[in-house]
Amino acid sequence: MNKEINLKKAIFKSVDTMKGSLPIMFSILLLINLFNLFGKDYYSKIFSGNLISDSFIGAIAGSFSFGIPITSYIVGGELLKEGISLIAITAFIMTWTTVGVAMLPLESKYLGKRFAITRNLVNFIFSIIIAVLTVVTLRIF
Amino acid sequence: MEQRAKIKFSTKLFLGTILIYLIVAVFNFSLAQEAFINFLSMLVRIIPVLLIVFIIMIFTNLYFTKERANKYLGKNSGLKGWFYAMISGIIISGPPYILYPLLGEMKRKGVKDSLIAVFLFNRNVKIPFIPVMIYYFGLNFTIILSVYIVFFSILNGVIVSKFSSNKI
Repeated sequence: MNKEINLKKAIFKSVDTMKGSLPIMFSILLLINLFNLFGKDYYSKIFSGNLISDSFIGAIAGSFSFGIPITSYIVGGELLKEGISLIAITAFIMTWTTVGVAMLPLESKYLGKRFAITRNLVNFIFSIIIAVLTVVTLRIF
Repeated sequence: MEQRAKIKFSTKLFLGTILIYLIVAVFNFSLAQEAFINFLSMLVRIIPVLLIVFIIMIFTNLYFTKERANKYLGKNSGLKGWFYAMISGIIISGPPYILYPLLGEMKRKGVKDSLIAVFLFNRNVKIPFIPVMIYYFGLNFTIILSVYIVFFSILNGVIVSKFSSNKI
């Protein structure tokens, strides 16, 4: 009986997470498909293939976006197909979850201003370092 | 309260996106149509992966609850606390606007800043979402990135706690 209740709770929680995330996921994917038709030619100008500048731009984009990580994987995966460098996508995926500019007021409210600012700054720098390390390691293997 | 505000935002974003499509369609119908068809074909590709994600999500929600995390990350968790913070960050899912109040409550009960930082950093390694990452980026990328995230989460915890009020 207890197990049944827990299973129901788990299903409801999962449905709730999905339900809350799908409108954001669909919106972003719809917008990406629209912007891709306009912006395809400009991607190569913005993302030059430079390890540092590409990861920095990717990290900035991810910092201002939010949602559950799966959305960033899908968005990142689709942008990768459009020719954006893997390093930019990796930084984007990293900051999507670990840096939250939009969520900063909420994080400050519950965890303290100093904690929130320090954590977001450190995470931003770490995201760029991890993006560079991941792509370099991937090239080695 | 925050959850309601967030749901509102996601609905607003979706309606705003539909509005943008409608405006584009008025000026250039074929462009909006092409973008929408591309979106649909993208959706068809990702639906099976989303189903797998949903099933794994149910199992993680069933066995790894917030209460368990609270128990293992408490005041006297010691070195084990770091390990549990990593595991909890990887396993427990939920958007930030749900997690922050929970973490705030845990902090008031004595959970250290370092462990909260480790927990939040590891949110990027999500077991239910791993099939999607492998689908788009490959197994090697997924393993390498996950290892780096887990390693850097420890450094993250040390640095954040050093600069915030609550020491290690």
